[in-house]
Parts: sequence; structure tokens; C-alpha cells
Amino acid sequence: MHLDEFSEGHSFFHKMDPRVKFIVFIPLVFVIALSKNITAGAISLLLAVIFIFIAKTSLKALLKRLVVVNFFILFLWFTLPFSIQGKALFYLGKYIFSFEGAIYVLSISLKANAIFLFTISILGTTEVFSLAHALLHLKFPKKLIELFFFFYRYISVLHKEYQRLFQAAKVRAFNPRTNLRTYRTYAYLLGMLFLRSYERSQRVYQALILRGFKGEFPLISHFQLRKQDLVFAVFMYGIGIFILI
Amino acid sequence: MHISEGVLNLGVLGTGYILTSIGVGIGLKSLKEEKIVKTAIFCSAFFVASLIRVPLGPSSVHLVLNGLVGVLLGWQVFCALFIALLLQAILFGFGGLTTLGINTLNMALPGLVCYWFFHRGLRGGKVVSLILGFLAGFLGVFLASICVAASLFCTGEQFLNTAKLIFIAHIPVMFLEGIITALIVQFIKKVKPEILTAT
Repeated sequence: MHLDEFSEGHSFFHKMDPRVKFIVFIPLVFVIALSKNITAGAISLLLAVIFIFIAKTSLKALLKRLVVVNFFILFLWFTLPFSIQGKALFYLGKYIFSFEGAIYVLSISLKANAIFLFTISILGTTEVFSLAHALLHLKFPKKLIELFFFFYRYISVLHKEYQRLFQAAKVRAFNPRTNLRTYRTYAYLLGMLFLRSYERSQRVYQALILRGFKGEFPLISHFQLRKQDLVFAVFMYGIGIFILI
Repeated sequence: MHISEGVLNLGVLGTGYILTSIGVGIGLKSLKEEKIVKTAIFCSAFFVASLIRVPLGPSSVHLVLNGLVGVLLGWQVFCALFIALLLQAILFGFGGLTTLGINTLNMALPGLVCYWFFHRGLRGGKVVSLILGFLAGFLGVFLASICVAASLFCTGEQFLNTAKLIFIAHIPVMFLEGIITALIVQFIKKVKPEILTAT
């Protein structure tokens, strides 16, 4: 399983200092998420689309993610315009699809998609380990980062393990349906996965202790703040203030 | 069960972050240095488990398993869900950084409740642990969907219908989670009971 698939590349965003990314990104998404007017949403979405083109991410992978992100939004389109009172756009039986409701959901859709595209173009373009390293610089609890590091490291390992278990079940003619047999099989597969993860964690821990691990990872690469990054930060704060107004 | 970005208001997002940081703080405090690797790799296993689609009627659903995580990890359920949702937020853009606090709270709090109610009982006999296992899985999703509904409703009354619909849509998932959690607990008890008593 390849998790940080957007992190490969040589664009402006790929080269940026991850620390700058966080201090720019966090205020930006809060400002967008909490903004109430629809033009702010539209402008952020436009900017986010431009960023995606600068970052040159794979569009196919991006579209796949967009569908998932918009699933919840679609759910809102089906409910909110009917619950918000206002001028009727059309009727569905006795229910009124209101204009005000549609505007409200449209604003949510713009904001959510803008934030999603910003996430991929700004954060997604850095390897997860570098992001974790950057969070350490920004005074995140050390234990939490350590937890995150091992957690991320072993996802792909355990995913492979699960695939092997599932394949073994399939070879024995396992055919998933809605019945108790299927659920028992899944439960036992997962139980086995937890068991193996438990045993693996013991081996990993022993191996770490054996090599003198004391909860610190020596780092080879260090971040370097470039002039472009600072210019970018100032520019983005400007955008943030603009959206706020 | 994530609420996406740009929906909730500042009050709900802020409350989520405050309560989640308290939960994560207590979880980290109770996490001993030598258990970090174990907890982390457990989290990876749960993350993988949550990617699996299990058939349910004409469609299929993702497992949540927050009840089981809660029972196995206690207060650390906050750390587990926080890092899992953080990863999803920065990598996939599901959920998101502004909603990270409230989304973690909505899933971790039910897990913690399951820990309080069922942690001890699960070591009991076969029938008792089957029933309690089912309840842990059921209650995990049940409470989580109530929390999600409540966070939407606190943002504005216009979300009432959405909140109701979210709850109703999760009723089949509650039963499915109950069954699967009960069977997983049963399996672990048979093969490696020490996992249940590890924390």
C-alpha cells in the first residue's frame, strides 16, 4: 500500500520547508472553514485549484479522493435545502427545496473542497515522516509523535499481512455475503491480525531495546528555511486576512 | 463517520479540540515508554481493519471498531484515534485539521465509555463475554452516531434532519459491529487471552 502518493515530485510545494507549511496551513483552513460568505469559499477554491496545478499532482488519484470527500457533502445536499426555510426553488411532494438552503450547502461544498485541495497541494506534497518531524519542531508532545511514527511505519506491513490472510481465506472458497459465516470469518481474520500485530510489536520492541533505543530518533536531514518559503507564508497570511474580511 | 470541513461552527470545533486534548493528555500520561511500540502497532492494525469493506445487505460498509479499541486501550483510545484521524486528515483530506478535535472526540468518547462498562466483564465466561462484546461493538457506534448528530445539531437547528438521518443510517452498522466485535473478542480469548488484560 502506497500511502503518501502525492509526496513524490519536484514542484515548489515539494521543496518547501514543512514547518512553514504547518504554520501557514493551520490558520488558513480555520479561516476558510469558519468563513460565512460564499465569495470567500469561491476564491479559496479557485486558489486551491491553482495550487493543485502548481503541485502537479496526479489528477487520477486526486479525483478518486474527491469522490469520497464529497460523499458527506452530497448527503447534506439531500437534507439541508429541505430543512432551511426560504424561497422555493422546486417542490418534491410536500417538501420545499429552498434557495437559501441551496446557497448554504453550496458554500459548505466550496469550503470543504477548497480545504481538501489545499491539504493535498500543501501538506500532501511532503512525506509523512517529514511532516511528523516538523510537528516535533512545533512543540507537539514527543510521545505522541513517537506513537505516530511507529503507527505510520507499520500500516503497510500489517496491510500486507491482512492481504495474505484474506487470500488464504479466498483460496479456501471464502465468498463474502451478508450472513453469520462471513462475519465470523472476518472477525477471525481481524482477530488474527490483532494477534500478529501484538506479537510483532513485542519483537520490534525487543529489537529496538537491543540496539539501545531510548525514545529518540537520530536525524540525518534537517530542514532549511528558504526565502521563497517566507514570501509564500506572507502571501498566504495576506490571503487569510482577505478571506476574513 | 467523519464530519467534513466547513460545516461546524467555532463553538463546536473549539469544544472538540479542548476535550480531545484533555483526553489525549491523559492517554499519553498513562502510556508507559515501553508500551509505545505496542500501542502504535495496535493502532496500525485497527487502521488497516477500518479500511476493510464488509458486505451488509445490498451494499458494504467500513468497520469502525471504536468500541473494541476502547476496550483494549482504555484512555489511550484518544491517542489512537487522534493519530489515525490526523493521518487521514493530512494524507487523504478526509475529515480535516479543523474538525480533527471534534471527530476524535466523537469516536473516542464512546470507546472510553465501552472501556468503563465492559473491560472487566470481558474476562468472564464465554456467554458473558459474547454478550458484553456485542454490547461494546454496538454501543461504540451507537454513541458515536449520537455524538455526530449532537455536534451537527449544536451548530444549527437546520441540521436536525441530517442528524436524524445519520443516526438511522448507522443502525444496521451498530448490529454488524456488535456481532463482529463479539466474535473478535471470542477469538482473542481463545487464542491469546493476555491481549485483553494487557492494559
